[in-house]
Amino acid sequence: MILALDPLFLEKVGLSVVLIALFKVVLAFAIILVGVMFMVWFERKVISDMQHRIGPNIAGPWGLFQTLADGLKLLMKEDLVPEHSNRVVFKLAPFLSIVPAFLTFAIIPLGGNFESKSGVINIFGHDTFLQIADPPVGILLALAMSSIAVYGVMLAGWASGSKYPLLGSVRASAQMVSYEAALGLSVAAIILQTGSLSTHDMVVDQAAGGFAGFIPNWNLIVTGFVPFVIFLIAGTAELNRPPFDLVEAEQELVGGFHTEYSSFRFAIFFLAEYLNTITMSAIIVTIFLGGPSGPVLIEGIDWAWGILWFLVKLFVFLFTFVWFRATLPRFRYDQLMDFGWKLLIPLSLGWFLFLGALNISNDRGWNASLVVAVTVAVGVAAGALLMAAVRTARTERLNQEVDLHG
Amino acid sequence: MSEVIVFIVAAAMILVGAVGVVASRNPVHSALFLVETLFGVAVIFLIQNANFLAAVQIIVYAGAIVILFLFVIMLLGVDKAEELDVEPIAGQRPLAAVLGAALLGIGLTVVLVASNGVTGAIAATGSEHALDNGFSDVERIGRVLFTEYAFAFQATAALLTIAVIGAVVLTRRVPSTEMLPDREPASFELPPLAPAIDEEEH
Repeated sequence: MILALDPLFLEKVGLSVVLIALFKVVLAFAIILVGVMFMVWFERKVISDMQHRIGPNIAGPWGLFQTLADGLKLLMKEDLVPEHSNRVVFKLAPFLSIVPAFLTFAIIPLGGNFESKSGVINIFGHDTFLQIADPPVGILLALAMSSIAVYGVMLAGWASGSKYPLLGSVRASAQMVSYEAALGLSVAAIILQTGSLSTHDMVVDQAAGGFAGFIPNWNLIVTGFVPFVIFLIAGTAELNRPPFDLVEAEQELVGGFHTEYSSFRFAIFFLAEYLNTITMSAIIVTIFLGGPSGPVLIEGIDWAWGILWFLVKLFVFLFTFVWFRATLPRFRYDQLMDFGWKLLIPLSLGWFLFLGALNISNDRGWNASLVVAVTVAVGVAAGALLMAAVRTARTERLNQEVDLHG
Repeated sequence: MSEVIVFIVAAAMILVGAVGVVASRNPVHSALFLVETLFGVAVIFLIQNANFLAAVQIIVYAGAIVILFLFVIMLLGVDKAEELDVEPIAGQRPLAAVLGAALLGIGLTVVLVASNGVTGAIAATGSEHALDNGFSDVERIGRVLFTEYAFAFQATAALLTIAVIGAVVLTRRVPSTEMLPDREPASFELPPLAPAIDEEEH
């Protein structure tokens, strides 16, 4: 049985190998928890800045310990279980939310020298990757975990035995299932490009070569920006972050699926939300922006440069998500569904077919410009047909309304 | 040895989940037990080195199909405990018992008599692709799907598309004018206003 492609597990698995694996898990766990603390503080500070407020500034320097204080406060609060709730499921739901959030982080390559050593580092005489696990299913694990995360939200709303959480969770599950399709199709474009599911292989592939000596070989550029844009939008919807936060639209649903949750159970949902934000940013960095790959400027501690590049790229997306929240107004529900099903899914599917056609023409040595022209023509024709169908359906619906109601 | 332990744990998970699906009275609990069973099956796939199948098992079955079940249960509000004293279709229960016993009998016969069929030894040696270790499991599945079973694959795709279109056509209701309340009469009178209250009376 192949557990991972990590060179650590290729040698004989002894105590030291187990200890190294355990050390990596504990370290990553600690890092991501501290990361969540930082992220909550960062989001509140940046939004405050954009709204001309000061934001948290009392606890610790620049209010850095505000999250810690809030977490402690939540721990001390009374743990309420509503009378009409389904007790077992009510208590299970927060964990179904947080476990996938932690697990997804395991497949993110965090550092290492990808310029000359393809990410292999050496700890105590053992070769390994700076990544908890590199399973053969790779990026599919992230998709599987994001589909499991739907259960947490859905069951939390249902088990609360109250109407606003139920409305929130029905909205959430419909939204997450709809945007998962677009998410998966844009990931498929990356898999087509890399020829492997493993996240480590994706980073190695992107670290190689480049155009004109300075433009990196990132999938962002290689796959032509469209999958990246679709992934970013679908990822935001998957996170239920603004502008896709209909799930917990405060003005309509009190708090959405976690209205009835208090104390530590609420803290777990909150933690899962920010964990997911960080993990989603990390996945975007890994599959589109070459993860920890980047130039090694000073030899010696070459693996640390990988960590630095990774953090810089990660920070860009963490800021982007906060920026979205501060700037964009919320979608209306029908707009959300139309956008997902009638634009994102057909576009990502069409782009995937286009990339596939390009790959085949490369392999067979066909005339590239002719292939591009033909596929673009077919794509435009299909798009026009789809638009015509949508428009006809809408006109017919309107006509029926007019006939019926005068 | 470790494989045996993992198998026993996964098999226990599958069995507990399967019994739970049938035994629990609340449909949402049934759906959750079904998820447990699906996870157990995914673990079995993993110890058979079928990593891709395990991932697809989680993404498609646990991530889409059971979510859809739950969605329907929540939307239709059938999440009440079921009344078990009434038998909806007469003779359903004895028939179920007979068929269940027959299925168990067939299963046991296959296991005890034709043990090769269960371990997969025949399938593994019969096909030229089965033990081709030069490729990863994803490549092997892809190769077999698009060569040997290309027709079945395309037919399945067509079947699913037809099913989706059929579902849309069947559920699409052309609203009939008869169902609507009468139109407003031309001489529609406004309801009388609420009697004016004399402020002085208070």
